[in-house]
Amino acid sequence: MSTTAAIKAKQRPGDRVFSGSAVFAGSMILVTLAAVAIFLIVQSIPAFFADSEDASILPANFWAYVGPLVFGTVWAATLALIMAIPVSIGIALFISHYAPRRLASVLGYIVDLLAAVPSVVFGLWGIGVLAPAVQPLYSWLVDNLGWFPLFGGPVSGTGRTILTAGIVLAVMVLPIMTAICREVFLQTPVLHEEAALALGATRWEMIRTAVLPFGRSGIISASVLGLGRALGETMAVAMVLSASGAVTFQLLTSVNPSTIAANIALSFPEAYGMNVNVLIATGLILFVVTFAVNAFARWIVSRRKEFSGAN
Amino acid sequence: MTTTTKPDAVTAVPIENSLTAGRLPAPAPWIILGAAIGVGAAIFGVLALAGNEFNWGGAIIVGALLYIPSIWLFSMLVEGRRRAMDRLVTALVTGAFVLAMIPLISLTITVVTYGLARFDAEFFNSSMRNVTGEGGGALHAIVGTLLITGAAAVISIPIGLMTSIYLVEYGRGRLARGITFLVDVMTGIPSIVAGLFAYALFSIFLGPGTRTGIAGSVALAVLMIPVVVRSSEEMLRLVPNELREAAYALGVPKWLTIVKVVLPTSIAGITTGITLAVARVIGETAPLLIAAGFTASMNYNLFDGRMSSLPVFVYTQYANQGNPPEAYLDRAWAAALTLILIVMALNLIARLVARFFAPKFGR
Repeated sequence: MSTTAAIKAKQRPGDRVFSGSAVFAGSMILVTLAAVAIFLIVQSIPAFFADSEDASILPANFWAYVGPLVFGTVWAATLALIMAIPVSIGIALFISHYAPRRLASVLGYIVDLLAAVPSVVFGLWGIGVLAPAVQPLYSWLVDNLGWFPLFGGPVSGTGRTILTAGIVLAVMVLPIMTAICREVFLQTPVLHEEAALALGATRWEMIRTAVLPFGRSGIISASVLGLGRALGETMAVAMVLSASGAVTFQLLTSVNPSTIAANIALSFPEAYGMNVNVLIATGLILFVVTFAVNAFARWIVSRRKEFSGAN
Repeated sequence: MTTTTKPDAVTAVPIENSLTAGRLPAPAPWIILGAAIGVGAAIFGVLALAGNEFNWGGAIIVGALLYIPSIWLFSMLVEGRRRAMDRLVTALVTGAFVLAMIPLISLTITVVTYGLARFDAEFFNSSMRNVTGEGGGALHAIVGTLLITGAAAVISIPIGLMTSIYLVEYGRGRLARGITFLVDVMTGIPSIVAGLFAYALFSIFLGPGTRTGIAGSVALAVLMIPVVVRSSEEMLRLVPNELREAAYALGVPKWLTIVKVVLPTSIAGITTGITLAVARVIGETAPLLIAAGFTASMNYNLFDGRMSSLPVFVYTQYANQGNPPEAYLDRAWAAALTLILIVMALNLIARLVARFFAPKFGR
């Protein structure tokens, strides 16, 4: 009698099938991620309690094996970020505020081309071109600045050191970081920029007072996303770095720590028995670390969406 | 009182144009840059006289490094501190862009010059079966790449597309928010972890050590689904709501609205996104190395036996060099060139689709 109840749309069979399959596909995402976590955990549980008798690649126990690898992963990613953050901010500023308007999108596309190069090709390039090119610089650094702890000798003869791997990683994470920074810089309210210029600011002062404060959280999340990429990058590091598994901060010697991902790629094809489980367990640790890093980056991005009223 | 600060009559120079006074003339930065590179060339020229080879790269790098402080100095003297800072930052920012171009250019030149050595017919019509030393080709790897990537696309396009439809058209509340978050997180899964997952999945069900093409496809699908979801979602959100409402007003059911109105409007963008997603996973090495393994022979069956792919072919040719090593390296570079050409072609196709098939909203 009363018409207060909401009128429900008629559910046709086509609607049911379609919305059902959409929900199913969406849940597949949940299932996939859960499956990734579960299968990795199931395969790696035996490895956590293994010792050198069970698995031939373990020196003593699992944690003694994975410790240097975690150190190497973090150290290589840190080096890459130290180089990539200033350069990517510079490129993003160049494209968003310095380059001629007409060229800007083309230049952005050219930087994106770097992202299209497969990592194995970066690996070949790192060995064939970059390492020989930087080796003279490394020996000069060791000869003249050897007192600086990071540059201690003896210099590597091939140039395939952790610093070279860091340079390759930096080149590989540049496109994603530049893309995010550029996007945020372009969102700066034009009125803020024009107000700064109208008060007599030079272009740099305008960027310092209007663009950079607005883009700070974008820069942070770009860096964290770049960190996630650098932590998980495999082939380029596996090919470029000549690793010995040592824990050292020295950048230019032939004694370098390995990274988790590179170590898996190098050891997995020949692994057997419990060694496979050990390698999968290191992969699980990498998964947890990158998961945390990415979730942190997304959290920063979403916080920015809520609180910046300017855009 | 009477002694006002009058400009000194002797030193005051009449200003020709007050708008350009106290500024460096327009060509000044270029002149300074040329001079700086000239100094760099002179330094390395002296070194070249001492017996070393003349180092062009070094000369340009030293020149660029000299330019940055000298433009600051000149601007400081003529224009003052603030403008000098502005010029310095302009130089640094431009330098950052040029710096990023160096690896791109160097990489392109290297891949093309080394890759052309074996970029011949034999490379594309033979496999590595029974080949040691020179000769042989990458046909088995090219076939493997096409099969594995194709299967990955078959898995991930329906799931990715339907997920994005769910998020845009149906998704409300906790499930939709959770899926959005997890898609974001999935974008960041390291490729090698996806490979380990596929390996663990297949070795639990089919016994340890199983390496098949389809395992590689599953690994690639894990990497590809989030990219497809993100790009399709973006495109579906661009479809104006008026179109949907017009369809509802005509009594069209929701699912037909999506199939007949929303998808055709956004199909160009979705195709672009899917092509870019394929281009992204086709170069993945680590997951295929772990999940699909490598072999020297042809294998057309995704479900049986190891399967080579182009990126893994590049890696194995480099890592397991035989005698003579040049033959193996040449094959690796030729395969790298092939791979880059495929990726570039996919990127180009994606851009062209986006440009020519985009819906025209204007009148």
